[in-house]
Amino acid sequence: MGVWQSYRLRIQRKRWLIRAFRKRRELKPVADRTGLIRPDDILVFCTQRNERVRLPYYLRYYRDMGVNHFLFVDNASTDGSLDYLADQSDVSVWHSGASYKRARFGVDWLNWLQMKHGHGHWCLVVDPDEFLIYPFCDTRPLRALTDWLDASSIKSFSAMLLDMYPKGRLDEQPYEEGRNPIDIACWFDSGNYTQRKNRAFGNLWIQGGPRSRVFFRDKPAKAPALNKIPLVKWDRRYAYVSSAHMLLPRGLNQTFDEWGGEKASGILLHAKFLNTFTAKAAEELERGQHYAASVEYKAYAARLGDDPDLWCNWSEKYINWRQLEILGLMSKGNWA
Amino acid sequence: MTARGDGFMSVGIVMLVHTALDRAEQVARHWTAAGCPVVIHVDRNVPRRVFRAFQRAMADDSMVLFCKRHRCEWGTWGIVAASQSGSEMMLENFADVRHVYLASGSCLPLRPVQELIDYLAARPQTDFIESATTADVPWTVGGLDSERFTLRFPFSWKKQRYLFDRYVELQRRIGMKRRIPNNLVPHMGSQWWCLTRRTLSAILQDPERDRYDRYFRRVWIPDESYFQSLARLYATSIESRSLTLSKFDFQGKPHIFYDDHLQLLRRSDCFVARKIWPRAERLYQAFLTDNAGAMKRTEPNPGKIDRIFAKAVERRTRGRPGLYMQSRAPNQGWENGLTCNPYSMFQGFAELFEDFETWLTKATGARVHGHIFAPERVEYAGGESMINGALCDSAAKRDYAPESFLTSLIWNTRGERQCFQFGPRDNQKIAPFVARDPNAQISVISGAWAVPLFRSNRNFADLRKAAAKLQKIESEHLDVLRAQYAKARIRIWTMAEFVESPMEPIQTIVDEIAPASQRRLSEAPTMVDLSGFGQFLQNLKNQGMHPYLMGDFPVEPGPVNAPRPARKPYLVR
Repeated sequence: MGVWQSYRLRIQRKRWLIRAFRKRRELKPVADRTGLIRPDDILVFCTQRNERVRLPYYLRYYRDMGVNHFLFVDNASTDGSLDYLADQSDVSVWHSGASYKRARFGVDWLNWLQMKHGHGHWCLVVDPDEFLIYPFCDTRPLRALTDWLDASSIKSFSAMLLDMYPKGRLDEQPYEEGRNPIDIACWFDSGNYTQRKNRAFGNLWIQGGPRSRVFFRDKPAKAPALNKIPLVKWDRRYAYVSSAHMLLPRGLNQTFDEWGGEKASGILLHAKFLNTFTAKAAEELERGQHYAASVEYKAYAARLGDDPDLWCNWSEKYINWRQLEILGLMSKGNWA
Repeated sequence: MTARGDGFMSVGIVMLVHTALDRAEQVARHWTAAGCPVVIHVDRNVPRRVFRAFQRAMADDSMVLFCKRHRCEWGTWGIVAASQSGSEMMLENFADVRHVYLASGSCLPLRPVQELIDYLAARPQTDFIESATTADVPWTVGGLDSERFTLRFPFSWKKQRYLFDRYVELQRRIGMKRRIPNNLVPHMGSQWWCLTRRTLSAILQDPERDRYDRYFRRVWIPDESYFQSLARLYATSIESRSLTLSKFDFQGKPHIFYDDHLQLLRRSDCFVARKIWPRAERLYQAFLTDNAGAMKRTEPNPGKIDRIFAKAVERRTRGRPGLYMQSRAPNQGWENGLTCNPYSMFQGFAELFEDFETWLTKATGARVHGHIFAPERVEYAGGESMINGALCDSAAKRDYAPESFLTSLIWNTRGERQCFQFGPRDNQKIAPFVARDPNAQISVISGAWAVPLFRSNRNFADLRKAAAKLQKIESEHLDVLRAQYAKARIRIWTMAEFVESPMEPIQTIVDEIAPASQRRLSEAPTMVDLSGFGQFLQNLKNQGMHPYLMGDFPVEPGPVNAPRPARKPYLVR
């Protein structure tokens, strides 16, 4: 990479940071417990809107994993989720009534909160429907992973988004508060992913899975990106460029090995496809606040009318991380 | 300061500590409870306040001493200096110590301490120190092996990497070489040793020690070579292995043990393991509650653990061949195998033989697909619209990333041989990839694409156009297959050649696919009726389009008057 390109990326990074700094004014603290954060705490950052029903399980899942503090941005929820979050003793929550889209789908807000509170911490950026799986997650807490990453001088950890879906119609098994959504949406596609390197940012661009198979069958280039780098030892000079897909400086995106080996990586189980999805898709389509003119939600709406079954004969049923490792969706790398 | 006056010889522990002091305290107390004195070296980098608190916490144990503190940074002299100070203090203060065991704060005794004491008591003259000459072991990381001893390393590898590298380069260029003092032969090995008082005091009280120290101060990673080299001068009986179980990964940093390694460690039969994750509560609980006999009394044997960690290193450095995923995206040429399994690509066979796919399935037991790169859709075996891994038959998705498609297909069906048809009508983008892949077996009957044209009922003008196009594409494909980078097992016949004696090549191909069933084929595939094909080619020629890929077909087969018998299937016994 030339000096010129690296300079341009530097400028771009500064731009995102300045933007995040300016967007801080859109955030109104509702419950600020950041004083409780101790120096080596693991933090979760999350933007949410009307996810009240999902939050109890989400919080429990990450608490059990060893996350110490949650920092939420609530984007104009109307279902009481803001109050719920404000009541939790390990949650700090900010409210924003401003445009999600103009905050670059929440990235600016979280960049700001991470700049302010995340410096020097391992930070996990996960949506309310994303559940992190990493090697040995059934026997070792998240701290074991971050300690190992520290010892190995690794600053970022990738976890591909794995779309989970139920068998049958989406509304067949309604999701109830506190329940593990993966009990319902327990199926996934194991081997229909494509990846290519993004030379400018040095990250991988992964597409595929059931969304690509069903909704973008004829326009695979438009299928949503599945690559994510949710766990980063944050520094205030870092910035997410788009969602958790890529970061600057670009060295953080190098979570893959190019010389034949495998680096350690995880999976984000994506429990988007529950009975709540149909209503959500309709609402989001109306709001038009999503990526690329909500092309994704348009595609869903076009197909959801005839209620497609995402499940197929070759769907794989989720068991545990070892299964995902054997299937080649994630890797232990040299962590043993 | 003897613990017991009855001639009991014990083991002294020199413990190097820099973090997780609470765990170090726990382990130190475990040692002293069994009668082993402990000298602790706390890294100078630990703040004075923390150090004082630690010292106070241990004050009640008279068998724990603290030695002079040095600044320990990985790869530098500090660690050796710390070991020296600790050992000197140990030998001075505890007269009944016969063996000194060097351990770290993250070491955990796996077997009851008494067993270690007995084990060493039975070998009073033996020094346990891994010590090998540099020429004989490939341990080193970063390309510095014998140069560790002949260059100078004043810069920190961790903090001054740039200066470190430049200075090494400079020394190499000007051919700088240090002289190794006296008749010392550099040896290397694990930094965790257990030496006898005799050997250790000989090293520490050597009149030449200043000279050695001065030399090793500028050696790279002296903690792996100082005692290892000097022990060779004095020891009478060296057992070149470490009593500490310690596994290293490809970057030379130690693997860490967690709670889920409990069973593995129990079976390791080693005396001490490192390094333990400080929060591995179950491990500390299991091994520090000294219930003798929890472990079998056997000679240390970490072989079982070896495999797991060797596999981890292998996964990190070589990975799984044929797998492309979020954390494995090899550059071209670094794939260690483009695909994970052997597979076969057939070109022209389905055109030349009736129902070739069914026949091949029967003959080989492999999964035989149609044209999986066909422009309309992916023709999976059995007309399926989807296959393992939920790989669907959309041509758009396949053409979006043809190589991903093929590697996924082979990966998803690993364990089962895949065969597929290919031809000039198909997406040619995949051709160079398959040609490069040593797993691919490519069999081509060139020119066979003309057979469907010959049998079709289309306008001759259209046929001519189609033939010209297909011939051009196939000819380009053949160039790819003959390219210098092609690594696949490639066989090409012209159609004329193949029709002459089809069974021999088919037998070879089938034997390669299913080597287990080394039997002769009982049933041959039926060739389509080719009478009039020569004339068809001649017609094309007459139109100015010269089909050459199929070789020479006579316009009139055989004598003009002889009635040609209908073609029967070949029957080879």
